Amino acid sequence: MNSETREQQLRTEVADWMKNHLTGDFACLKYRGGPGDEEAFPVLRKAWERELAAGGWTGLGWPAEAGGRALPVAEQVIFHEEYARAGGPGRMGHIGEGLLGPTLIACGTPAQRERYLPRILAGTQFWCQGYSEPGAGSDLANVRTRAVREADGAWRVHGQKVWTSLAHDAEWIFVIARTDPESRGNRGLSFLLMPLDQPGIEIRPIKQLNGGAEFNEVFFDGALAAADDLVGVAGDGWRIAMTLLGFERGMSTLGQQMQFIRELDWVIDTAHEAGVAHDPAIRQRIARAWAGLRVMRYNALRMLAGADDSSAVLSREALIYKYYWSNWHRDLGQLAMDVLGPNANIVDITDEKRTRLQGVFLFSRADTIYAGTNEIQLNIMAERGLGMPREPRGTS
Amino acid sequence: MNLALSEEQTMIRDAAAEVLAERSPSTAVRHAIEHTAGRDDALWRTLGGELGWCGLSVPEAVGGAGLGALELVLLMEQMGRRLACVPYFSTVCLAGAALAQCESGQADAWLTRIANGEVSATLALHSAPRFEADAVPVRAVQTANGYALSGTLDQVFDGATADLLIVPARIDNEAEAQAVALFEIDVTSTGLIRTPLVTLDATRPLARIELRAVEVSRSAVLATGRKAERSLSRTAWFAALALAAEQLGGAQQCLDLTLAYTAERVQFGRAIASFQAVKHRCAQMMVELEATRSAVLGAARAWDDAGCTTGAVPQNVLADIATAKATANDTFRFCAQEAIQLHGGVGFTWEYDPQLYFKRAQASSAQFGTTSQLLSILAEQMIDRTAPDADASMLEGAAQ
Repeated sequence: MNSETREQQLRTEVADWMKNHLTGDFACLKYRGGPGDEEAFPVLRKAWERELAAGGWTGLGWPAEAGGRALPVAEQVIFHEEYARAGGPGRMGHIGEGLLGPTLIACGTPAQRERYLPRILAGTQFWCQGYSEPGAGSDLANVRTRAVREADGAWRVHGQKVWTSLAHDAEWIFVIARTDPESRGNRGLSFLLMPLDQPGIEIRPIKQLNGGAEFNEVFFDGALAAADDLVGVAGDGWRIAMTLLGFERGMSTLGQQMQFIRELDWVIDTAHEAGVAHDPAIRQRIARAWAGLRVMRYNALRMLAGADDSSAVLSREALIYKYYWSNWHRDLGQLAMDVLGPNANIVDITDEKRTRLQGVFLFSRADTIYAGTNEIQLNIMAERGLGMPREPRGTS
Repeated sequence: MNLALSEEQTMIRDAAAEVLAERSPSTAVRHAIEHTAGRDDALWRTLGGELGWCGLSVPEAVGGAGLGALELVLLMEQMGRRLACVPYFSTVCLAGAALAQCESGQADAWLTRIANGEVSATLALHSAPRFEADAVPVRAVQTANGYALSGTLDQVFDGATADLLIVPARIDNEAEAQAVALFEIDVTSTGLIRTPLVTLDATRPLARIELRAVEVSRSAVLATGRKAERSLSRTAWFAALALAAEQLGGAQQCLDLTLAYTAERVQFGRAIASFQAVKHRCAQMMVELEATRSAVLGAARAWDDAGCTTGAVPQNVLADIATAKATANDTFRFCAQEAIQLHGGVGFTWEYDPQLYFKRAQASSAQFGTTSQLLSILAEQMIDRTAPDADASMLEGAAQ
């Protein structure tokens, strides 16, 4: 069977499976969850992760020896596309399956892989990411959370993490903490795995400008990480943290774009309903938004064309992507409000489309800030993409 | 759809970049615009005659290399990057593209000569992205031996110098219901007046062509009716795609010139490239450039995948080209403007190159589709849902 036939078969298989499983109790999950809507049905979405696992739809890109299906990039993309097309909910398991799992496969011990990978694959253990701190946002290396080794080799952790997505729904957290108290910047950091349900950890939700609270502060006051929950060696945390961020690239991008297409469709429907579909200025903006979607699609295909070679160098098309989509999305939110006119200001939860578009307008303000602000993205592009001089560092 | 370039495609791109860097540096461009009416004949002989670039997208059956739109956009990008003063766009992307649709021995003979680099040619096509038969300004009146053509064609690319002139005209004949036909015109014909226009963008010569009852024989007709209209419509979109690629190259050069200049220029004891205010503007140029490159490569691949070189151009490919050209219009103008700004005072001089690109960017943004015309076409597809498959094509698979 050639790859084209196999891909077509997979496409049909995913579509059929979604149709038969995203139904009944799960039907209310359609198009729900994901950034800006993470508080929707957390318990049910965890059950959905187990449903996916039972169907064999987790670990698609993981190697076989880690329990994965080792599918090529093109086939993983097909899964993400069909998943999004069917309205598959935002993945509660993403941080475990998409970030920590690949990191443990690359940098973990056999015991760590054995301990965590099967539960991640089964959809029974959920993770969150403890990177950012009040003093370590764009300057991520300025981590102050510290971990001190106890006599038995365990690590006792003091400090604070912030903007931790889904911490209130997760059982475990991976943390970068300073294990060398004399160190500064990205040296002397270590990568630790910690259970959240223990004395010395407190999770406080942060209420956002859209009224939701899907990010948290996580306080560590003498909480423990077991000796064998150090990934790699002490002091190697920055490299591991960066390895992990490398796994973010690409695969779910086309799925995200389907969500964007749906949102633009809502905008167009709303333009018709609100009687502004003939307004020339609105028409040009809608057309521009649509052109932006075409650009994103082809840009993602360029990224994926290079994704099978595992070179660590990000190409220029990959470097622009986060900046491009996040600013596009922010503009879409503004366009949606302009199309709604005065109704944009009126909250009416029975009007689902309007509610979702208001959500896009408000939550997309976060898009250009999290995972590298616009300004940091531009620095990275200038330095890594164009080879311009690095930003001078302060001395403190 | 696979957007990875093959080895052969990478070779075409790199070879073009190398040849043009050597043969069309800014000194050569400046010489051409100051002394030879924006035309570098030696370069044209090299590209067409020695290197065979004119045959790139000409079908193999008539002596070309038979390559696709993707290879052509890679080449056009390099042409735009160096503002190559050759009639390549008019010969290959206009005349050649139109002739390839005519399916006649006569048209094929011209294609062979184009592929061999023996002739330059142009098509007097209006600069609209969408071909409209009603807007054809030349009328053909039947005579005893053929036709007499009258009318004025504004802004014909390389119109003053082309060896072959292809003119669309409406035939004044009730039986033929004002059908459009494509005529080949002998450039020495009586009644044909070719006037070079003075243009802000001196790197691309344009001419006004007046036909005052120019007599042609029946055999001058290359195509008529539906076939002629299809050829013109398809050529207009193909030209828009080729121009978008050329604009991409021009924009890239604006960034490259700016990077080189800001790395050298020292103020306050530092290269100005180290200032964040400068870095961010360069990075923003890079964002627009790579977005445009994605749009151009995607549209070219979509053109090839849909078999548009021989068949009809489906709605989703038109939308891709509209996206590519609109994006390229904006990107090239933005990058040229930023290049001038970031060069500071010298950016305002005749001596430095940003001005050449600034003018080309402006001119090409109004040729074969302004941004607002193209966005209007997209709006019709998306908002008025004139393309029932628009959504489906947006969602179509990414399988490689």
